[in-house]
Amino acid sequence: MITLFGPPEPTLLERLKESVSKTRSQLAGTVETLLAGERQIDPALLAELETALLSADLGPRTTREILSAVKEKVDRQALTDGAQLKAELKSQLVGILQEPAGSNGKSAAETGNDPRVTFIVGVNGTGKTTTIGKLANRLRKEGRSVVLCAADTFRAAAIEQLAIWAERNGVQMIRQKPGADPAAVVYDAVAAAKARGTDAVLVDTAGRLHTKSNLMAELEKMKRTAAKLVAGAPHDILLVMDATTGQNGLNQAREFTGHVGVTGIVLTKLDGTAKGGIVVAIARELGLPIRFVGVGEKIDDLVPFDAQTFVDSMFE
Amino acid sequence: MFENLTDKLQRVFKNLRGQGKLSAEHLDAALGGLREAMLDADVNVAVVDEILQRIGEKALGAEVLLTLSPDQHVVKIVRDELGFLLGDQSKPRFASRPPSVWMLVGLQGSGKTTTTGKLAKWLASTGHRPLVVSTDVYRPAAREQLAQVAKAIGLPCWAATGMDKPLDIVRGAIRESKLSASDVVLVDTAGRLHIDDELMAELQMLKRELQPAEILFIADAMIGQDAVRSAGEFHKRLGLTGVVLTKLDGDARGGAALSIRKVTGAPVKFVGIGEKYDAIEPFYPDRIVSRILGMGDVMTLIEKAEQHIDQKKAAELARKLRHDDFTLEDFRDQLAQLKKMGPLEQVMGMLPKVGPFANIPRDTQVDEKRLKHVEAIINSMTAEERDDHSLIDGKRRKRIARGSGTSVQQVNEVLRQYMTMRKMIKQYGAAAARGKLRGLGKFSGM
Repeated sequence: MITLFGPPEPTLLERLKESVSKTRSQLAGTVETLLAGERQIDPALLAELETALLSADLGPRTTREILSAVKEKVDRQALTDGAQLKAELKSQLVGILQEPAGSNGKSAAETGNDPRVTFIVGVNGTGKTTTIGKLANRLRKEGRSVVLCAADTFRAAAIEQLAIWAERNGVQMIRQKPGADPAAVVYDAVAAAKARGTDAVLVDTAGRLHTKSNLMAELEKMKRTAAKLVAGAPHDILLVMDATTGQNGLNQAREFTGHVGVTGIVLTKLDGTAKGGIVVAIARELGLPIRFVGVGEKIDDLVPFDAQTFVDSMFE
Repeated sequence: MFENLTDKLQRVFKNLRGQGKLSAEHLDAALGGLREAMLDADVNVAVVDEILQRIGEKALGAEVLLTLSPDQHVVKIVRDELGFLLGDQSKPRFASRPPSVWMLVGLQGSGKTTTTGKLAKWLASTGHRPLVVSTDVYRPAAREQLAQVAKAIGLPCWAATGMDKPLDIVRGAIRESKLSASDVVLVDTAGRLHIDDELMAELQMLKRELQPAEILFIADAMIGQDAVRSAGEFHKRLGLTGVVLTKLDGDARGGAALSIRKVTGAPVKFVGIGEKYDAIEPFYPDRIVSRILGMGDVMTLIEKAEQHIDQKKAAELARKLRHDDFTLEDFRDQLAQLKKMGPLEQVMGMLPKVGPFANIPRDTQVDEKRLKHVEAIINSMTAEERDDHSLIDGKRRKRIARGSGTSVQQVNEVLRQYMTMRKMIKQYGAAAARGKLRGLGKFSGM
């Protein structure tokens, strides 16, 4: 059920569809209006479509690429009406989101008897701690044992916040004092998990802007520390990104990938009106897969990402 | 690859350079580049198109200034238009009778709690007695977070022990402010989605109770197109009085500032520029336009320089420049002064990306360690050597390298840098004397 341990199962797709389509109303509405009825494909229609894609935060380049592919087919008269145009747009978007990841986005394989270590990283305020709470819940439901690692020793009350999630999930949390070296907390948590035979360690890291080289170096150190105890750890590094993020999301993904090797994206706060279209640009330019989406504030409001559903719900 | 607004505009305007007249065709090319640049900077697409239309009209219209070349003319129009859109600098508001209440509202994760702490510290530094209070009864440990922030900055926080209703909490805070003679109450509210009817209604209720002097919308500088919708909805419900743009210390272009201003009319009042509690400053619209347009944040740089550079030493240096006796000693002083202005990366980021600074690579790390080596090398010289570099022969170089724990190559490198700087300064001094700073004139006229 959880892709941290295997391929995703589309069990919660309906749910995602429901919450996502609610939030997609504007884009979907635009596209519906554009494509309904007998409307001809003309420059005005393509311009409106461009605005709709740009409003979804796909960014100017991704939008241009998708539209030029569509235009080319219109010119060849391969597309003649609105319905065909819609199908073509969808397949372009799904194609980008499903494209096999290049050298990026590969998570480590089986861990044998060792705990599977996952780092949760991202810029400030994207929802890392909440995502850990929800991920722990998924793992628990799957019957896995989990240890949370409170490696955000910087932000005020971050440890307390994670402790509440640990309590809600009935899992253990390894902590040190505020201001402690986060790599030391990682060491403690991974060592404890190893000794106890725990299945998974979820490491909460402090939010950091991707432009701060000292903080990125700190993350690299945490990664080396984990690898010292368990070969191949961390097995996953999930970059948590807020769906409201604009084009800067690409820089975030690029920098975090460059420094620590991101294996997947968690797209949070998709229950608002923001469309999260930046993930299309990220998938296109960096080949990073989107692993989960956050669709609410409750503990089970985290569902596996599915490209087809994500794109379908944009147009339904 | 990512190209920021500044670079892009410069590319567009480079193509315009050397044109005697601004043709419709060139204008189209410029506006096309400008559009993509603004979209990349996360300015909302509707706002972009509106701005471009106005710029286009003005550029082709009658307001042609004879003194400007076409590219300067377009830059001026763009600059004026963005500046006009962002409005004048706007001062924070206080109630006529204390306590003044400032409510901080916004989406989850925009930085409300950190900003509450920063504003409290800023207020205290300007002679106010702030009290902070959190009404976030939803997010785990949110109130604990504000309490810890307040403790860290040494200012009072109303804990509202045992209360779990926002209305009770703020009433308690107002009572407390009167007892403790606090004149500003900062209310940190829970992050919420603008479409969450129940929580938005809660904010309206708090507003009615508190009659705040400021309702500040806290916005992440990295926010994309949706900014117009969230800010617009918060404004519709609450009537925002100002905006705080957070996390501006990253590489986000902050185009959302334009979008939010456009839909709410509320001015940006503060910007958050770092993780420390004093990393907040008043917002200067012309500065951010300058930053967007590639002039760098020159004003901030100048202010920083004024704060940190020893005036006496600067005057002395100026005298030396005139008399052409810039020594290694002065070179060392210059490095020391530069270091006082803060991390070099930050200083580099404020430099304009045109003119003499165009070719400085922005992404390379400035190696602070190398600066230490340079200092050590100069420190290992005798006073005579520092006074007259021509004394330093091969033997002396070896001694200096040993003394500073470096190599002869490094010593040579430092001497070379010193000579280059000396040469540059000589040229600069001569040019300044003739009043012909041609390279600088180009953008000082913008």
